[in-house]
Amino acid sequence: MNKLKQLLRSDKVAAFVFLAPALFFFGLYMIAPVPMSTYYSLHRWSGIGEKIYIGLQNWGELIKDPIFWLSFKNNLKLVVVSIGTQLPVALLLAVFLSSKTTRLAGLFKTIYFIPLLFSSVAIGVMWRYIYDTNFGLVNVFLRNVGLFSWAKDWLGDPKLALYSVMVAINWRFIPFYMILFLAAIVAIPEELFEAAMIDGAKGIQVFRHITLPMLRPTIINAAVLSLVGALKFFDIIFAMTGGGPHHASELMATYMYKRSFVDFRMGYGSTVAVAIFLIAMVLSLAFLRFTRRSSELD
Amino acid sequence: MRTVQNTVKYILALFWLFVTGFPLFFIFMSSLKGMMEYFTSSVWALPEEFQFGNYLQVFQAGFHKYFFNSLIVTSIAVFIVAISASMAANAIARFRFRYSNLVYSLFLAGMMIPMHITLIPVYNMTRQLGLYDSLAGLIGPYVSYSLPVSIFIFVGFIKEIPIELEEAAVVDGANRYQIYWHVILPVIKPAISTVVIYNMVMLWNEFVYALVLLSSPSKWILTLGLWNFRGEYGIHIPLVMAGLVLSVLPLIIAYVFFHEQIIKGMTAGSVKG
Repeated sequence: MNKLKQLLRSDKVAAFVFLAPALFFFGLYMIAPVPMSTYYSLHRWSGIGEKIYIGLQNWGELIKDPIFWLSFKNNLKLVVVSIGTQLPVALLLAVFLSSKTTRLAGLFKTIYFIPLLFSSVAIGVMWRYIYDTNFGLVNVFLRNVGLFSWAKDWLGDPKLALYSVMVAINWRFIPFYMILFLAAIVAIPEELFEAAMIDGAKGIQVFRHITLPMLRPTIINAAVLSLVGALKFFDIIFAMTGGGPHHASELMATYMYKRSFVDFRMGYGSTVAVAIFLIAMVLSLAFLRFTRRSSELD
Repeated sequence: MRTVQNTVKYILALFWLFVTGFPLFFIFMSSLKGMMEYFTSSVWALPEEFQFGNYLQVFQAGFHKYFFNSLIVTSIAVFIVAISASMAANAIARFRFRYSNLVYSLFLAGMMIPMHITLIPVYNMTRQLGLYDSLAGLIGPYVSYSLPVSIFIFVGFIKEIPIELEEAAVVDGANRYQIYWHVILPVIKPAISTVVIYNMVMLWNEFVYALVLLSSPSKWILTLGLWNFRGEYGIHIPLVMAGLVLSVLPLIIAYVFFHEQIIKGMTAGSVKG
């Protein structure tokens, strides 16, 4: 009994006891699935019944699969649009909210924030009605102002679908980065701004020489989040177009879902999943490397 | 120059207010219109007569059940997260053991793992455990999904606690377990409320695991219910809008009371890229 007590008192054992519950869930549902999916990717498997080992056949198929590469390209477009539009707009809005001249900032902030409380399904459902060809907000508005030829089949036209969905994605994620930047701006020591004012710096100069350099780490973090988020993106596109029409808005993750849970090709689906994992890892590490090097050059 | 900048700022701010606010106004107003009225009236028009019956109909169509299911699943998952994450964070922040840093990085790496790589293994595991199509089957994935951010928040908080507090407890003869229970837990209450509220919001909106792990309508949670509701009642648009409003409303109310915790959770999860 005493021995047990002593054992429990040692740090090593206590550490194990304290970590055990979290490691149990995390190991089972987050870590173990990575090698498991890799293992499944070497098999032909319907999800139920026998797995048949087929070596690298799935991977060979993936490399030659035009739909996978199309969705990969769509993911890259999403990366570019996300980083290129979400971050600048979010930054401007955050600067606006942080300026003390606006008494209404609190109200603005609350309304800006609301899209963050929507589930992706709610956003998908809502934007489907906004884009509806006949009764949707967008087309009704365009017809009201006389721009009849601008009214389009936003989600049904393969040339437009991906970009239409990106607007909805921006609607949801700009407030997120805005909140991030706002928190970072508020954390900048007030003295820096005051010193700049005394030196005669005005609006845009203060922004360029104080706010922007101080925000650099936050902006890099936001860019990495945006990059990884865009590479693994799934739910709003799934809820709005399901990847259609004709794979026009297909992403790697929606494609993975279809192959796995619609066609029940779990082996091939796992191959796509592992590919998403590898691509996200390689690109985010490369990005971090790149930003680190460029900051060393400064 | 000054005024030009201010004007640009205001124009952008007002534009974004419209972009965010108008769709919200639109779904709320549409949710109170009649089915035919939606098609015939202007999108700018207020309902001729507020059809509050839409909301009642949505509830009767099963939303009360989905609502209850979401509440049960998120509550249980968040409870487990608060306990297990604070315990793990306590060990990571305070105990000296060889793999402390490794374990911490492993948890943080969880924020970057695309959840789709877990989908098939989790689906398979859930089936084998006999938990497929049950609310219990969602608990495991939800807990593990919430752990990284929660542990990160707790570790940061515990490291800020003056070590003297614990030293005093040791002098009084307390062991690791008593210190966690009597010293750490009471002090980290603010972090617990951040973790609980933030994860509640995140899990309330979760969709992918529910889509893959549930099938019968009696088990659906709110997101899945709304998704299928649109499929079934797609033509009665005001009804779908009412369902949409109902699914977001609890979170908007939560935001009014707990915006500090929600924002803290969101920014905390992103500091570590």
